Amino acid sequence: MEIALLFLPLLASIVSGFFGKYIGDRQSEIVTSLFVSISALLSLFIFYQVIVNQYESNVVIATWINSGTLDVNWSIKVDALSSVMLVVVTLISSLVHTYSIGYMSHDPHKPRFMAYLSLFTFAMLILVTSDNFLQLFFGWEGVGLCSYFLIGFWFKKESANAAAIKAFIVNRVGDLGFALGIFLIFYLFGTVNYSEVFQQIPQIIDKELLFLGMHIKAIDLICILLFIGAMGKSAQIFLHTWLPDAMEGPTPVSALIHAATMVTAGVFLIVRCSPIFEYSPLTLNIITVVGMTTAFFAATVALVQTDIKKIIAYSTCSQLGYMFFAVGVGAYNVAMFHLFTHAFFKALLFLGSGSVIHSFKNEQDINQMGAVYKKIPYTWVLMIIGTLALTGFPFLSGFYSKDAIIEFAYLKGNTAGFYAAGIGILTALLTSIYSWRLIFKTFHGTYNNKKLNIEEMKESPLVMIIPLVVLSIGAIFAGFLFKDLFIGHGEENIFWGESIKFLTPLSTEHPPLWIILITPIIVFFSIPIAYYLFVVNKKIPVWFAEANKPLYNFFVNKWYFDEIYNVIFIKFSKKIGLFFWKSIDVKIIDRFGPDGISSLIKNLSIKASKFQSGFIYQYAFMMLLGFSALLTFLILN
Amino acid sequence: MTEIGLGHYLTLGAIIFTIGIVGIFLNRKNIIVILMSIELILLAVNINFVSFSIFLNDLSGQVFTLFILTVAAAEAAIGLAIIVVYYRNSSTIDVEKIDSLKG
Repeated sequence: MEIALLFLPLLASIVSGFFGKYIGDRQSEIVTSLFVSISALLSLFIFYQVIVNQYESNVVIATWINSGTLDVNWSIKVDALSSVMLVVVTLISSLVHTYSIGYMSHDPHKPRFMAYLSLFTFAMLILVTSDNFLQLFFGWEGVGLCSYFLIGFWFKKESANAAAIKAFIVNRVGDLGFALGIFLIFYLFGTVNYSEVFQQIPQIIDKELLFLGMHIKAIDLICILLFIGAMGKSAQIFLHTWLPDAMEGPTPVSALIHAATMVTAGVFLIVRCSPIFEYSPLTLNIITVVGMTTAFFAATVALVQTDIKKIIAYSTCSQLGYMFFAVGVGAYNVAMFHLFTHAFFKALLFLGSGSVIHSFKNEQDINQMGAVYKKIPYTWVLMIIGTLALTGFPFLSGFYSKDAIIEFAYLKGNTAGFYAAGIGILTALLTSIYSWRLIFKTFHGTYNNKKLNIEEMKESPLVMIIPLVVLSIGAIFAGFLFKDLFIGHGEENIFWGESIKFLTPLSTEHPPLWIILITPIIVFFSIPIAYYLFVVNKKIPVWFAEANKPLYNFFVNKWYFDEIYNVIFIKFSKKIGLFFWKSIDVKIIDRFGPDGISSLIKNLSIKASKFQSGFIYQYAFMMLLGFSALLTFLILN
Repeated sequence: MTEIGLGHYLTLGAIIFTIGIVGIFLNRKNIIVILMSIELILLAVNINFVSFSIFLNDLSGQVFTLFILTVAAAEAAIGLAIIVVYYRNSSTIDVEKIDSLKG
């Protein structure tokens, strides 16, 4: 069953990728969607088994590397943690596959697109089901590669190629940290298998290492390096710059990869390594700070963006920040819970925005939209459900997970925890405002698009609406249904089993009432405020932006991260690259190497061909001369 | 009058051979003259063969001569045929103008 689950997406990818030309567009769409859907059903079944029977298994498919003490298997490890990820990945993936049939209906390269999507699903499954760091890394790079393919899917667009390369390179920075972390783990433990590493952790707590001239505790170093990897993949601040640009890809890709699955791999990594991170309070505090900074930063940027997808991308970034500070305060299960619910409502929002973009014939600027809720009523309703869930409106899924994060951060009781809770509440307010800004600007107010007549607006086809409906069911009920399972208190809650380790059990106290109530109240009242600001009296935001021009520019330019990186890193490395290219490579290596030899040969042969005068008597003369010389030589001998 | 001996024959052969060689190089006009010069060279060789054959009382030299004559005839025929074809194609057999092998 696990094997079928894992290999169906790969099979679908091969069929669609290599034989898509022969079997046709429609058939490849059906094959990939069907296979991934079967995969999704299987993972739902496994998830059910895990809930009911505490089902666990580790199927070894093959020995991958067996060299000296390095013994790595390719295996499918199923436990509570990976079963959650399996459900998220395959379920969202199958819905996105189905949605893509509608969304990509005008694209000439459907089989290639579907093949990449399925391949991504396969790589992601490899990542979440691994039982060692090396296979995790393989899946990690696999999803990165597929992300590159899919961001650059419209490779004729200059900006798409640039975004794809950017995503790839920024991820390399994180991957460097991740790879170093794995090396260090192997150096210290002589193995990369989770179970063996986790067992040996308590033995090396006090060990110190010399790293870059600093004495640092080995365990802190491992955790920090792994966290750098997670930061890259999960677009945390400093390594987040690729995520907004990645929106150049088709919208289903953004929903699948850059909202629901791949970007949560970093969170998954840290939760998976909870037995290591629990011993490193330093790293946990760093994670908390990075997480809350990201949450706040991304929310402020999202406030002023005008591209519908970029707003949601920054929102994703911000929500990932929430997950990270949940991890940072030790509430791994809450982070997983938010990951789970977030996958539903964020995929819903992305696919919903895709539906809007589809209806607007590829218009992404929310200033060019408005007043279309009557024209695309289903999309409107579904987007509102997604927004309510995202902002944490009472009794939708985001309410349970986000409030739980804030509560646990508060209950952590240390300074970082209080700060995180405060930032969490503030960010919840910002989240609510920018989300409703998106809704009101897109669907309400006045119609602003000059290119497209409002009468031409059409609701998206059913094949796009149905996945949205499924996701909206998840967005509404996932929090309520799985709340007790994921983050329930008490002895009877044994769902996570061995997959998450808590050094000290999570606090089971109840937070003070005001902290429970404050977020829903903020969220509730931000709706009419946002309506007033963005529909009724649009002058206030404009006036506010004018009055605080520097701050506004600061946000619009995304805190100048791209510009700063440009000055610090990119220009410098570009210069180095240019120097090595123009001076070293072209002027020295090529000049004396391949180019030099080939031009030498060419010149020699031009000279040699001068001998060929074409006159018979000269040839005869040469023959005679040669013959005489030969004869003389023979006679003299 | 001295008796005509081997030396005279060989001298004759050498003279004819040289005429043939010189004919090839000095001729700048006609490709048929080159062909004739080659015939001369072959004949010079034949004279050497025959004279040595008589001088050494060995018939095989004369047999060789017959073979060479045959080959020379064949060669001349082929050469002439090539020249005819070439003339048809480029309407010249001027040696100075035949340089399509030029590199």
